[in-house]
Amino acid sequence: MYISLSDRGKRDKPGGTRTALSSEVPFRLSPVILWLGIVSMVTDVSSESVTAILPLYVTGFLGLSTIAFGFIDGINQGASAIVRIAAGWAADRSGHPQRIALAGYGLSMLARIGFLLAGGFWAIAAIVTGDRIGKGIRTAPRDALISVSAQPEHLARSFGVHRMLDNIGAAAGPLIAFFVLLVIPNGFSTVFVVSLAFAVIGVAVLALVVPDIQARGLHGTEDGEGRRLFAFSWSHLKEPGLGKLLIAAGLLGLVTIGDGFIYLVLQARDSFAVQWFPLLFVGTNAVFLAFAIPLGRLADRVGKIPVFVGGHIALLATYLLAAAPFGGLWATIGCLILLGAFYAATDGVLAALASQLTPSGKLATGIASAQTVVALSRMMASAGFGVLWYAVGAPTAMLVAGGLLACAVVAVLFILRGARVAPAADLSDSNDASHEA
Amino acid sequence: MSGVLAGSKLRWAALLAVTALVLVAAGIYAVGAYQRFEESRTAASSVGVTTNQPLPAGSFILFRNTASGQGYGNAATVPLAAPGGSRAVSGQECDRVYGTPDKMVCLKTNRGLVTAFEAAVLDRNWEQQRAWPVPGIPSRTRISADGSLIATTVFVSGHSYAAAGFSTATEIKLQDGTSGNLEDFALMVNGERLLTTDRNIWGVTFAPGQSDVFYATAASSGRIWLVRGSLSAKTLTAIHDNVECPSISPDGTRIAYKKNDGGALTAHWNVAVLDLATGQESVLAEKRSVDDQIEWLDNQNLLYGLADETTDGDSNIWKLGTVPGSQPSLFISHAWSPSVVR
Repeated sequence: MYISLSDRGKRDKPGGTRTALSSEVPFRLSPVILWLGIVSMVTDVSSESVTAILPLYVTGFLGLSTIAFGFIDGINQGASAIVRIAAGWAADRSGHPQRIALAGYGLSMLARIGFLLAGGFWAIAAIVTGDRIGKGIRTAPRDALISVSAQPEHLARSFGVHRMLDNIGAAAGPLIAFFVLLVIPNGFSTVFVVSLAFAVIGVAVLALVVPDIQARGLHGTEDGEGRRLFAFSWSHLKEPGLGKLLIAAGLLGLVTIGDGFIYLVLQARDSFAVQWFPLLFVGTNAVFLAFAIPLGRLADRVGKIPVFVGGHIALLATYLLAAAPFGGLWATIGCLILLGAFYAATDGVLAALASQLTPSGKLATGIASAQTVVALSRMMASAGFGVLWYAVGAPTAMLVAGGLLACAVVAVLFILRGARVAPAADLSDSNDASHEA
Repeated sequence: MSGVLAGSKLRWAALLAVTALVLVAAGIYAVGAYQRFEESRTAASSVGVTTNQPLPAGSFILFRNTASGQGYGNAATVPLAAPGGSRAVSGQECDRVYGTPDKMVCLKTNRGLVTAFEAAVLDRNWEQQRAWPVPGIPSRTRISADGSLIATTVFVSGHSYAAAGFSTATEIKLQDGTSGNLEDFALMVNGERLLTTDRNIWGVTFAPGQSDVFYATAASSGRIWLVRGSLSAKTLTAIHDNVECPSISPDGTRIAYKKNDGGALTAHWNVAVLDLATGQESVLAEKRSVDDQIEWLDNQNLLYGLADETTDGDSNIWKLGTVPGSQPSLFISHAWSPSVVR
């Protein structure tokens, strides 16, 4: 039962010869990944520009209370996580991940048109919901497209390229929106129009330039292997490698508190953070985009699991630094760097790991499963941490979360060590040569 | 791999055309919006205004001017005796204002690539005395009658990968410059200290003549209370259910507030008045949903802002008697955030 990435890598080569060491294969960025990165970049400009100014628009301009947005956001996150699995399954089932992704990007684009016509809280809530569901639909099929387009030896690096472009958009979006409002103080509708323009460009690039690659078709085999081995849709979750990854990611997700809490701790500690609160998010994003490729390369070289786990150690360091009794500019900046490194080491690497452990016919479902497990477990973590926060205070709560995270890291090392030696789930790139079919 | 890309020239031309089209269209829209904004900014105000005036000598209403044209968004005043007359605009842009005869607090948005928010204290000549950053979008503010305590409530938006949604941050700034975050106060419900998560405090009102006592809204796990706060004991004690944004009457006997008779998501806020001595609540006849911290015009009449239905970014101040059956009437048009300064 060969379902590790090395199989796919081998089948890619017409002669069936395999590469012994990843470093021997020169990195060549697939244009598909570049264009998917550009799609994500302009779509993030589109969505983050609106997200950044929405609270101002709703409270400052329309004069509505925003408390209820908290409820809606929670519902949306749950809904988004569920449609993500469904969309991943649909992408695999139909064999047309690009079309499913297009549906997701298209829905978000249609939602943006609503902003131009909307008035009132409910209209806005409905539009935000549509946008979120669109995001849920598109993520897994898109990551599946990245996975099948990437050189297997450079999978994490390829995801890193995509995540870098993605975060350039996420960092640029708020800046563009606030620039518009700086020039035109009541220019909310201009922000919505600009957002729609970027959304249309994203959909156009995806529809016109990105091919509809079928995971199985790309590998040039008429193999019914995947279908035979994984005849019913959920069975791959029982596959030892992916199953262990899901458990590990869920365990770590359960002790990953939202960055909102970390920003609040920093803000409570010193006045620097109060003034620059909006920049904390942008700063984390900037670090994320700077580290996305280097950490992806590292993951390809030394293994994805060490980098994924290492990212959580950076998160642990973030907790400790945030809980430390001293504050100040450098402690705040240190937290942002560690937090950005955490995202860079885990976000794309998780998708790479999940796709590596998933048979090609179930690629989008496998990626979606991992991302959903992470999203849901982090939601639980945030809720639980909120309770802890009020029970024992912010610094102690941080230390408790840090202690739990340290335990989880150790447990995950143990869990994934098992996965690593399992013959069906060879995670170590350098061991590829030992598994001849 | 490039062979996989369906690279027909037609597709590239279509992509180029779509990109150029939407960018040009957005650019044209932005230029048009900028021109409209410039016209409205430099146009004469749509209402009668005077500029460069200190505060009126007698009683007056302080508010945020939302009439289009020059002075939009400025703190402004009208004499209490002539609320419909010409308004004096200050040149100070404020999202939310509140005043005493010699001190005003102004919550404002400093627009920029990093948009930040601050609270500023202004003197009688609209000169800024001091200012400090606040962690979110201005929502409510109050000053105690003697000017020694300043309360601010802002919306904090959790902008993150797992956004925590929106919450409020409420602080009381003391005379000596120190401030207390009300979320750190002990919240007592039915004699027990509440230790739950997702706690929000908002809408402070200072009891007249009592330097230690204030009222506010506290919410946790979907429940909302009117709380009586003590600055010295650092406690908030729940005294009534479902009271938001309390406002105490000038004589200190009653509290006007907004009361939600919809759900958490389908909020519809009625205007209600609570008698503090008897605990008797009366819901008034306003049919529209009032999302504001109500202000007392006098011991019998209330003022509050309502968004204008026809123009985004505009609002009006309405007056409503506390006698049952009283109907709302327009008090100051194109205005927001009323503060009665006696």
